[in-house]
Amino acid sequence: MSKLTIPVRKFDAVIVGAGGSGLRAAIQLSEAGLKTAVLSKVFPTRSHTVAAQGGVSASLGNSEEDHWHWHMYDTVKGSDWLGDQDAIEYMCRMAPEVVVELEHFGMPFDRTDEGKIYQRPFGGHMSNFGEKPVRRACAAADRTGHAMLHALYQRNVRANTQFFVEWMALDLIRDESGQVLGVIALEMETGEVVAFHAKATVFATGGAGRIFYSSTNAFINTGDGLGMAARAGIALEDMEFWQFHPTGVAGAGVLITEGVRGEGGILRNSTNERFMERYAPNAKDLASRDVVSRAMVTEINEGRGCGPNKDFVLLDITHLDPAMIMKRLPGIREISIQFAGIDPIKAPIPVVPTCHYQMGGVPTNYKGQVVANDGTPVKGFYAAGEVACASVHGANRLGTNSLLDLLVFGKSSGDSVIDDLKSGAIGLKALPENFADRTMARLDRLNTQTGGADVNATRLELQRTMQKHCGVFRFKEMLVEGVEKILEIEKAVARTEIKDKSQVWNTARVEALELDNLIEVAKSTMISAEARKESRGAHVRDDAPDTEANPNGRDDLEWHKHTLWHRDGNRLDYKPVIMKPLSVESIALKTRSY
Amino acid sequence: MDDREKLNRLRWRCTRRAMLEMDLLLGEFLERIFPTLTPEQADAFVVLADMEDLELWPLINASRECADPVQAEVVALLRNVRVK
Repeated sequence: MSKLTIPVRKFDAVIVGAGGSGLRAAIQLSEAGLKTAVLSKVFPTRSHTVAAQGGVSASLGNSEEDHWHWHMYDTVKGSDWLGDQDAIEYMCRMAPEVVVELEHFGMPFDRTDEGKIYQRPFGGHMSNFGEKPVRRACAAADRTGHAMLHALYQRNVRANTQFFVEWMALDLIRDESGQVLGVIALEMETGEVVAFHAKATVFATGGAGRIFYSSTNAFINTGDGLGMAARAGIALEDMEFWQFHPTGVAGAGVLITEGVRGEGGILRNSTNERFMERYAPNAKDLASRDVVSRAMVTEINEGRGCGPNKDFVLLDITHLDPAMIMKRLPGIREISIQFAGIDPIKAPIPVVPTCHYQMGGVPTNYKGQVVANDGTPVKGFYAAGEVACASVHGANRLGTNSLLDLLVFGKSSGDSVIDDLKSGAIGLKALPENFADRTMARLDRLNTQTGGADVNATRLELQRTMQKHCGVFRFKEMLVEGVEKILEIEKAVARTEIKDKSQVWNTARVEALELDNLIEVAKSTMISAEARKESRGAHVRDDAPDTEANPNGRDDLEWHKHTLWHRDGNRLDYKPVIMKPLSVESIALKTRSY
Repeated sequence: MDDREKLNRLRWRCTRRAMLEMDLLLGEFLERIFPTLTPEQADAFVVLADMEDLELWPLINASRECADPVQAEVVALLRNVRVK
């Protein structure tokens, strides 16, 4: 008999996370009449989906001819052939349907003169299998994510979804057979710990970009779903793949758009040299994101960085006409003044390559079911959005495919729950007697720790270590050393101490619990990256250079496979990339070049 | 709810927002400037912090102005925040 008992609430389904994928899954479940709970650390329309401005891609063909098969080709190529082709076909085929559905939910898409959804071109999206750019991105001005969240939230209110706002999920509940039976969660307002006992659990917790010191991600993105999954014995897939943006404000991470370089902005090192002339003599500062990012890191690593720690480079627009800056780049001037303390008319902006998006995550199939290593579903467990690895983004995500991922796999995970309930594959099983013991022990440890590590200082050390050792450009020795360092930091995380022991609104406790999740993501990333001895997509290693045998450093013979990191013993294993689509011919391996 | 609890709730709502820009600005404001506000300004800040990011951001980057005079005072202070 367990010593520890906590209140239990019963639901048909519990969804963790109220961003785009969580809300989309909830619509599916609530509208099917299932008693559905959605847990969120914040009010749903404050989820990080808001920050997605660019659009959502679908081959509607409203402005010119388009086809889902072309979209699929672009996504496979963008993924550097690491994406699973069944999931990619599914996503691209479903795109027109989920976008039109969203329109019917009230999404205020921009319109053409004829009243159709307006579509614009976006990087990497082409017609006729890579021939020329195509208009495929559907947007609501520069507020696409925000508008999407509002439309999805309103639809959920209508469907009577039950929201638990300012609750943090702490751990998955699994029984001896491995079936998932819900989550244990903490209500911030009361400090009460409650079990959400459910037939189905859907993770829609978003990404974990806060593992890096320089990140465009909001503070909320602490990888809670990844931490919970890892602690519950679920492997994490392809965690070495993170997309970086070349120009985030040093220190703050706030994004400086590529438009600044488009208007004539120049990157300079500590000797005031326009260094991109050496790396990309033609495109110079307008070379592709990865080329610019690698050049910046090389300059910093070779001692030509700026500032007291020589850890950033400068984005210079002081040579441009101030009237033009005020007119064409007003937002950037504000951002630079507020987040770098620099008026870019007078002085250059300090910038560094900055983490933007996580391609890996909890392994799922295209139905949104979480899968074990052999591909069989983990009963009762589903995931969608950035926390999940379906895998549609593979080693590198195309712009506008993230919002599409939310809609398609949010919906498919909801549909899978309904199907699995109907078939009897899942149902409400009894909770094991000791289901809360590990979680309560973790909370108890935090409450009683003395002489322990400071949460903020430990998180900062974790972030700096990830940035330095496992950033946009990776080096063998740095990775080896990085693994050692992150395992040291793990020891500090295991003995964090908080001074505030109160129950009501104890944010120090919540932040310590977030750090428990960040460390799992950091370990999985560093260890997976150290092991993958090739360059592919966003994972670029100095010791895997571009050669005739391995163009761009990609080694298909050895490394065309998914990584699986297991928390237990930091063990790695691998599984094949699914090259067989659902209905069309496989898109064969090819060198990725644009 | 006591003052500590109220302040912690406000801190959470200032630093767990949709956009990084707002986490940074409101977090910095809360630490440095909030303690110096008059009670009326503090109330106005709580109302501003309850807004969604895409409502609040245009006020801070001066593309929109506040109708309420006390809110406008707080927004002016928010515009001057420098995150370092």
